[in-house]
Amino acid sequence: MYQYDQYDQAMVDARVAEFRDQCERRLKGELSEDQFKPLRLMNGLYLQLHAYMLRVAIPYGTLSAKQMRMLGHIGRKYDRDYGHFTTRQNIQYNWIKLEDAPDILADLATVEMHAIQTSGNCIRNISSDQFAGAAADEIADPRPWAELLRQWSSFHPEFSYLPRKFKIAVIASEEDRAAMRLHDIGIQLVHNDAGELGAKFYVGGGMGRTPMIAPEIRDFVPADELIHYAEACLRVYNRYGRRDNKYKARIKILVHELGKDEYTRQVEEEFAHMKTLGLNPPVAELERISTYFADPDFDQNAPDDLDMSDPDFRIWVEQNTHAHKQSGYAIATISLKPTGGIPGDASSDQIDLMADLAEQYSFDELRVTHSQNIVLPHVKKADLYALWQKLDAAGLAPANLDLVSDMIACPGLDYCSLANARSIPLAQKISERFADVKRQQDLGELKLKISGCINACGHHHAGHIGILGVDKKGFENYQLSLGGSGAEDTSLAKITGPGFDEDGIVDAVETVTNLYLKTREDGERFIDTYRRIGMAPFKEALYG
Amino acid sequence: MANPQFYLREDTPCSDAPIAFADFGDASNAIAVRIEPGDDARSLLPHLGQLAMIDISFPAFGDGRGYSSARILREAGYEGELRASGDVLIDQLSNMRRCGFDSFAPSTPLDENAAKTAFATWDDVYQKTVDARTPIWAKRHG
Repeated sequence: MYQYDQYDQAMVDARVAEFRDQCERRLKGELSEDQFKPLRLMNGLYLQLHAYMLRVAIPYGTLSAKQMRMLGHIGRKYDRDYGHFTTRQNIQYNWIKLEDAPDILADLATVEMHAIQTSGNCIRNISSDQFAGAAADEIADPRPWAELLRQWSSFHPEFSYLPRKFKIAVIASEEDRAAMRLHDIGIQLVHNDAGELGAKFYVGGGMGRTPMIAPEIRDFVPADELIHYAEACLRVYNRYGRRDNKYKARIKILVHELGKDEYTRQVEEEFAHMKTLGLNPPVAELERISTYFADPDFDQNAPDDLDMSDPDFRIWVEQNTHAHKQSGYAIATISLKPTGGIPGDASSDQIDLMADLAEQYSFDELRVTHSQNIVLPHVKKADLYALWQKLDAAGLAPANLDLVSDMIACPGLDYCSLANARSIPLAQKISERFADVKRQQDLGELKLKISGCINACGHHHAGHIGILGVDKKGFENYQLSLGGSGAEDTSLAKITGPGFDEDGIVDAVETVTNLYLKTREDGERFIDTYRRIGMAPFKEALYG
Repeated sequence: MANPQFYLREDTPCSDAPIAFADFGDASNAIAVRIEPGDDARSLLPHLGQLAMIDISFPAFGDGRGYSSARILREAGYEGELRASGDVLIDQLSNMRRCGFDSFAPSTPLDENAAKTAFATWDDVYQKTVDARTPIWAKRHG
């Protein structure tokens, strides 16, 4: 894992001091809320329906046990004993007092953490593949590249007042576990013909009210030009992105309105200019960062076989573990989606336990996934059974990864000041309807995603089944959509037709899954059947 | 024309009132020009030699186009006064400085001490820009 040197630590400490000063000026009335708002937002502090919400950055979703414990501590000391892991691999706390915020940031700084740029119209936390450094299918660890981008984008003087927020994801596998093409910039590490590692750039993806899949704008950016190219992409956006309408201000609209070719031409022109300025850190810096992400000391002789005679354990292994690049090891995902639970929530005690387990079984490392679960990336197969037993005893062993109850849901109208409808109670009802894990396994991979408003924080556009809560004449109404995917086969879901009330939408989900079960051919997932037979039969089943 | 509140250059502030970018044709002999967020700073590049002051206007602090304009002018070698005017607040000063501004004319005067602290916010910086500071990555590999 990356470790701060004196420079990184000084940056974060300076920010804590600066924000303490800004909070004091706000509390004394020297700053108006209008003036304070962009400053608190750049420190992850939102004003929500009931209280301030603080979003803490977890760069590329990677955490040590000590950092994880700090997240538990913050929940316990400053919030209501829990935290909520988000779709951007961050954590947020829902009940924060403004006067506590500087102390929280100071606590975080002691474990090399911060809330810098987790909101505001700036470059946000860089996200990545939660299996980075462990996945059997990656060509390199994407995290050193993400860390290089993190440092470049932190307190960037030119790009702190962009037209709108800006999200970057970096992956290094063909299988996309990070919804890369639904980001403002999606980067996939690739090899060129000469065998050198570089970055393929996709620009202009996003969800929100106008979902778009990012087009590829450059097939290869060399390692020593990454920052030049990113700088060029951002400068064109900062100068020409729309500022007249908040809802048309994301880079996807600029790329769409200019056209991919014209946007690319402008970026290439700016890129040529950037190259003359020598702004890119030398390759030695990427190499320095990479040394922190070297493989842990794997036991090369760890046995690869696994006793799965306990049937409940077998289900969990089949569902929640993935192939590791090192034989004898597995990647284990801890599901934060218990039946009837709130997707992504974990209590401070659970957070502490996951930290302990990471220390004991996973070389001191944890990951947060964009689907709001936690990963222990390096677990010896021989330890899986003991790990599972401890997780199970703490309610952390739902065997439902990528199944219908492994939902993404935004906080919705229970917390969020933008929401039109509640998401959490709906997620709870759906998970209760499909509580039987055998039934879920029979339904197979099924990504259900719920947003409580058109801003799409719950990724409903990318759901095999997506649900969007809207306000219909003062009543919560839920629109159903089908056919989205945030994976390497990225697609946007289409609305089935008129919406449903809260009970109706749960029935509607069951109606479409029943049709799938009746219609599927061998080996087809829900999304495959949908793509084969199209919308019409689903519409007929729902409204016919 | 009032002097800028903060002036970080050795020489004296330009006393000419800047003319609007739209009125600045090829034939102009003006030495001071003002650009708005939507104006293309690059179209000034052929005229940099004659300009003593470029005033970059910030009608609203949240509109960050002026930061790019400033850097573009400095990257092209402009060495005259680069003034930030309008909705210029304490918390934007250090970013503006890093983008090449060396003259600040906030529409509402700022607290002198707070501004001094703001200009000195960062001991070190991650990016190489136009302010000639050595970025952290260069110090690491110096």
